[in-house]
Amino acid sequence: MAMAQLHSSGAALGVAAVLFSNGALSETYGVSRQCPGDPYKEEMTTGPMSAVRTIELTKRFGGVTAVDAVSLEVPAGQLFGLIGPNGAGKSTLIKILTTLLSPTRGRAWVAGFDVTTHPHEVRRRIGYVPQLLSADGALTGYENLLVSARLYGVARATQERRIHEALDLMGLTDAGRTLVRAYSGGMIRRLEIAQGMLHRPAVLFMDEPTVALDPVARRTVWAHVRELRSLFGTTMVLTTHYMEEVEALCETVAIIHQGCIVAMGAPTELKAQVSADANLDDVFVRFTGASIEAGGGYREVRRARRTAQALS
Amino acid sequence: MTRLSAFMRYVWAVADAEIRKLRHDPWELLTRAVQPSLWLLVFGGVMGRVRELPTGGFAYVDFLVPGILAQSVLFVAIFYGISIIWERDLGILQKYLVSPAPRTALVLGKAVSAGVRGLSQAVIVYVLALFLGIATQFRPGAILGVIILILLGSALFSTLSLIVACLVKTRERFMGIGQVLTMPIFFASNAIYPLSLMPTWLRTISVANPLTYQVDGLRALMLQGGASALSLELDFTVLVGTTTLLVLLAAGLYPRMVT
Repeated sequence: MAMAQLHSSGAALGVAAVLFSNGALSETYGVSRQCPGDPYKEEMTTGPMSAVRTIELTKRFGGVTAVDAVSLEVPAGQLFGLIGPNGAGKSTLIKILTTLLSPTRGRAWVAGFDVTTHPHEVRRRIGYVPQLLSADGALTGYENLLVSARLYGVARATQERRIHEALDLMGLTDAGRTLVRAYSGGMIRRLEIAQGMLHRPAVLFMDEPTVALDPVARRTVWAHVRELRSLFGTTMVLTTHYMEEVEALCETVAIIHQGCIVAMGAPTELKAQVSADANLDDVFVRFTGASIEAGGGYREVRRARRTAQALS
Repeated sequence: MTRLSAFMRYVWAVADAEIRKLRHDPWELLTRAVQPSLWLLVFGGVMGRVRELPTGGFAYVDFLVPGILAQSVLFVAIFYGISIIWERDLGILQKYLVSPAPRTALVLGKAVSAGVRGLSQAVIVYVLALFLGIATQFRPGAILGVIILILLGSALFSTLSLIVACLVKTRERFMGIGQVLTMPIFFASNAIYPLSLMPTWLRTISVANPLTYQVDGLRALMLQGGASALSLELDFTVLVGTTTLLVLLAAGLYPRMVT
């Protein structure tokens, strides 16, 4: 029942196909964990123009299944959020979609190309803002953008103009000639997003774009993300573990827990399913049986702390 | 042709970033002058008193200069892998690997930037050599040869270092292995003593050591009246061949850094 409800509302909104790999979700609605076993065979109905599409995407590291038969679809132009606690599999999923990792099983297409068979075509069409601090502190903002423009093959004739536009758009014009190590955390994130957008990708992946930022810096980043999306119509996929961020930015959110997508839909829709006055935290608890703060091994914690330290 | 120029643009993107970093903070290059100075002034000064070494008619310090240049280039290059581990820990490498730039271009870019650092060592050693009154060659052809040899040696050992980094992945393990590699590469070569003086087993190892060919070439091109013991053609062939192999190997291993 719950399954049907979820599915039809998702389709009615025409945002993301809500796909589950296990038909038994209705029973587990309260407990809320659904993982494969009996793969959902129905073909996806959305056309080939979806920006991201995966079918039963799985990644195992030794005995650990980090991403477990994830099937999802992100229509072109959407701002799509993946939310889950540390260690839920968000970053692994992003790494597969950005061709950094190959899947153990299943398939994924980004901007129309298979990530396993045509990684080069995918790379030409995507931008990536890693979870870790990826701007080079020993270079200026301008130089960081220059390196990105060159590596992402921005034509030499448009390079300078694009870089100055990017600095301007992200409110970094005055800081262009300053070494990035003197930037604040929010400025670094804005620079990194600008780097990811220089070549006008079809899909921009952002792995926890506002982790370790203070609330003011976070809001500024959100404003810039929205502006970029409305200017260029870029599909954006971001991971986060901030409920606020999902509410502020995402049209569709997928809740990921222990490698599985346990719920997907518009934030308002998911809240409505839990109760009339539910917030997204309640939604998360309902679908995962856990709080968002739970989870995450030593490695994730170390990584998050390191990013936090580097950004402060 | 356009493909080659596109490839070279990617190489330059990586190398130029490194050069800009050196320009922002050149202190590292200056501190690198200490080690070759000590080797030439202290070690060379003392060992120069030994008259028995078959250095082909050169004073020992003269004989030593090309060896010390090769050594300081080696020391810069062999720890290059740590910068990759550092960039991986930061997330810079991830961004490079998601770009459409070919992996070989990314590796070669690092190799070229190691070469730039290597050339700064050459400037230091030439200045020291002038100061010590050593008869160095300044023929344009010889200088060009020295530049190429340094670029090749830097590329070779920095790429070797990159391969080690891709295999061990952590800074701690890398430092251990870096230390273990450096001294054998240095001692099992003709950098501070001639091949003819070595026991057979050591000579066998030295002949398989690319550093030997770099030193041999440098000795022929840096010193007035210098001659290659192995032949310059062989020196260049070995260095170009080994570097190519290592770059291809490193390009294959590079993506392992982020998994």
